[in-house]
Amino acid sequence: MAPSERFLNGKVNSALVATASMAGFIAIWWIAATFADPLVLPSPSKTMSALWTEAQSGALFVHMGATLLRVVCAFFVALFIGAAMGIFLGLNPAANRVFDPWVTLFLNIPALVIIVLAYIWIGLNEAAAIGAVAVNKIPNVIVTLREGARSLSPELDEMARVYRFSKKQMLFDVILPQLQPFFAAASRSGISLIWKIVLVVELLGRSNGVGFQINLHFQLFDVATILAYTFSFVAVMLVIEMLVLQPWEGRATRWRAVHA
Amino acid sequence: MRPGGVLFMLDVNISKKGYAVSSGNTDSHIVLQDVKFEVQNNEFVCIVGPSGCGKTTTLRLILGLDGRYDGHISVNTGQNAGVVFQEPRLLPWRSVLQNITMVQDEPDQPLVEELLDVLGLSNHKDFFPGQLSLGLARRAALARAFAVKPSLLILDEPFVSLDEPTAQRLRQLLLEIWSSRPTMALMVTHNIREAMQLADRIVVFSARPGTIRGEFIVDVDRSARTATGISALVEAFERRFPESDLPDSGVSELGGNPQDDRTTSVTGRTTKLRVVPT
Repeated sequence: MAPSERFLNGKVNSALVATASMAGFIAIWWIAATFADPLVLPSPSKTMSALWTEAQSGALFVHMGATLLRVVCAFFVALFIGAAMGIFLGLNPAANRVFDPWVTLFLNIPALVIIVLAYIWIGLNEAAAIGAVAVNKIPNVIVTLREGARSLSPELDEMARVYRFSKKQMLFDVILPQLQPFFAAASRSGISLIWKIVLVVELLGRSNGVGFQINLHFQLFDVATILAYTFSFVAVMLVIEMLVLQPWEGRATRWRAVHA
Repeated sequence: MRPGGVLFMLDVNISKKGYAVSSGNTDSHIVLQDVKFEVQNNEFVCIVGPSGCGKTTTLRLILGLDGRYDGHISVNTGQNAGVVFQEPRLLPWRSVLQNITMVQDEPDQPLVEELLDVLGLSNHKDFFPGQLSLGLARRAALARAFAVKPSLLILDEPFVSLDEPTAQRLRQLLLEIWSSRPTMALMVTHNIREAMQLADRIVVFSARPGTIRGEFIVDVDRSARTATGISALVEAFERRFPESDLPDSGVSELGGNPQDDRTTSVTGRTTKLRVVPT
């Protein structure tokens, strides 16, 4: 094995590489900012001081909290409804033939259209905002979980039937563990897609949240604050990914890790 | 010899079972015709027959996994069935112990401990099934079947594709556990020597469409069923059922299934049977 390959292997090394890579990104940003108009591209230090200002006033936490709440609500609504519909369609080929065109239709409606129509039809309120985000995500969840339901093992289903498993056992011991990789895939792609759409929803019809703040500072041409909010929220999503999604996945798949 | 109380019995009477091939006409592919037999209380019955004669299908009908057939099957057990499938069918995400305890309606720790002990699984109870060899996984599946205190034990070629010493050890373990808590047992096998070793009675199926050719009562005490004893029984069996087309018919000593490939291919086929999701 070449030394460079060995360097790129291993958990500690990959963390080192990621840190070095981020440092490189900031360095390039810094260099570019020294040549650019500070209004158009503020330096990292200016962005940090904008972040500090927002944090001190408390605005940062109010708006990030509002956005995070919407992300979490929309995420669970989308995952729950999408999973239920996806599993149903996966297990019922006849229903799937009928509703598959609907899924395709909703997959292809632009997020913006759904948001605008939700505000028109439901009103400029929280239900419309969260509902619009969920509707954008639901078709993806349906497609993923439908695939999962189709791959459920008939052998294990028979085993559970002859041993007269309760409905609860059937769900938690037989079906959900088989669907776990599909839930993980839907969650992974879901969490990043959802927070991007939540920002659009906030920009168009909410009076708080990161999206609202970005719109506000866009009007003020305050790029430093826009970047401050963006990076703060990206950081929050990374923390959720690392502290919630990855540990959950590791726990759920530990039986697979022990395979020879 | 039989304990008092309710007399359990399994009464199978399948007049016809077909599979729709393409047109939905179930007559186009008849698997079973006039299959009629019964299993008495505490009796160990083996079904033998050539590949594809519908043995596994018969078990599926008895277990209620497929209700589309003409005829009737009555299982007046009112109790649990313990089932050992061709593949172990353990839940890979649950430990061996969890796989065994989760089938019990009421937890029975002493029984589980005893089964783990007898089957030599005590050191593996916290393993996931993926960590077990096929032989150990089959032991776990046996333990699970007995953990429900079955009044009917159904075994579908439970020792297929194991090496012969392992299979022989598991047969002895099966007999050991079954003798200590006898139930109605119905086992499908390709292996006539295995049937001679385990069964009280052998039901012989014809080639497809499967129908009953006859029954062979193994009227020898199990302790007398040594390698030579079994060979004598097999000879007697073959005089009664010539050309029975069973893989092990000609083998004179215990061990070594000369047509292992065929047995394996049957395993592959039968698992592809379509199942309606619930």
